[in-house]
Amino acid sequence: MSELSVNHLLGIKYLNKEDIELIFKTADHFKEVINRPIKKVPSLRDITIANLFFENSTRTKLSFELAEKRLSADVINFSSAQSSVKKGETLIDTVNNILSMKVDMVVMRHPNPGAGVFLSKHVNASIINAGDGAHEHPTQALLDSYSIREKLGEVKGKKVVIVGDILHSRVALSNIYALQLQGAEVMVCGPKTLLPKYIGKLGVKVETNLRKALNWCDVANMLRVQNERMEISYFPSTREYTQQYGVNKDFLDSLDKEITIMHPGPINRGVEITSDVADSNQAIILDQVQNGVAIRMAVIYLLASKIKQ
Amino acid sequence: MSQKVLLNAKEVNIILHRLACQLIEKHNDFSNTVIIGLQPRGVFLADRLVKILEEDYKVKSIQLGHLDITFYRDDFRRGDKTLAANKTEINFIVENKNIILIDDVLYTGRSIRAALTAIQSFGRPNEIELLTLIDRRFSRHLPIQPDYRGRQVDVINNEKVKVNWKEQDKEDSVYLIEK
Repeated sequence: MSELSVNHLLGIKYLNKEDIELIFKTADHFKEVINRPIKKVPSLRDITIANLFFENSTRTKLSFELAEKRLSADVINFSSAQSSVKKGETLIDTVNNILSMKVDMVVMRHPNPGAGVFLSKHVNASIINAGDGAHEHPTQALLDSYSIREKLGEVKGKKVVIVGDILHSRVALSNIYALQLQGAEVMVCGPKTLLPKYIGKLGVKVETNLRKALNWCDVANMLRVQNERMEISYFPSTREYTQQYGVNKDFLDSLDKEITIMHPGPINRGVEITSDVADSNQAIILDQVQNGVAIRMAVIYLLASKIKQ
Repeated sequence: MSQKVLLNAKEVNIILHRLACQLIEKHNDFSNTVIIGLQPRGVFLADRLVKILEEDYKVKSIQLGHLDITFYRDDFRRGDKTLAANKTEINFIVENKNIILIDDVLYTGRSIRAALTAIQSFGRPNEIELLTLIDRRFSRHLPIQPDYRGRQVDVINNEKVKVNWKEQDKEDSVYLIEK
């Protein structure tokens, strides 16, 4: 197969196994490209991409922008803090105004779940969801799986535990879909208050004891506690969270086997993982960031090739 | 669909040896020369020539690379299909090197144009030459000609030249296929 089954990347939910394989295969080639002396290819020189960030982001925004520029696309950036959204313009109006400047593709992060799906039904451009509220963050899940594949050979049959704030996490949901699609076993682990009530219905194991979870898994994806999304207290104190769900080097060394540590960033050092864990050989956090550019190049390239002239 | 043999295994072998000798005549010991085969079909020819140079003519340690030009092609979004890439493997610096680009068939010249752009990503070579097994005359879209050619053929537009290699297609041969 050489073509994606979708015209937008709105969530992992809409992809099939072959799509993920195609994205990974294409990302392999782009990973080679971004390690060349000149890290740029001219494929997308007649494509214009708008990055619309209605919510803060450093890593994802930079990663997308770099991926677009490495493919030679023209890029325009927009963040809601300095825009007319503050003056009351609606999402569709904002996007249609941008599209009337002849934009082919939109990369959007938005605080509302489903914003990408909504937009794809109303505007004529290829949409990539760069995170919509607590719903999905597909490129993050793809780069996470890609990093597991790189480190452990394949994703199929691997045991992956997602630790922490599952309730507020779009990374968790996209990762669950992506890992299951590739045949991995998934467990979520965290305090009961941060686990969605019906999470088990997704076919994942649920565990509240971190030691049990880490002894079970091959890979632990440590999520950040999203204080900015918490309007009430979900646990007594950060210190108590760290005592129960934080990983330090001693804890890691006391496990039955050597596991791989992942983190989607930004890290709260000393909360979900300590500095010596984040900087250890078992952590692949910076590999994830590098792979992020290759994965996003692959996604943009494959979607752009479906935009007819 | 009918097909005609242009070259059989014996003829291919003779031509490969002649091309190898021509390369030695120009590049001596290959100390500052690298060979780069174009993906997907040029790599068989490149690999084979390097094997002949090393085994039959005792040229030592030739640097050989494979270059994929997919992301440099000028027909992105112009066809029905997504262009699928192949592996690039160039594990040396091309800065100031003499490069011999190798492909099986030279037709419109567009692949070679893309390859010339692609190679720039690995540095600024001293010079670039082109070697092709088959040179289809009168079909160029761009002003590109080979420096070394195996056989020149006249082919009309609805015909296709297919080069087969033992490694992939069980035999060495070149066919003219009428669509």
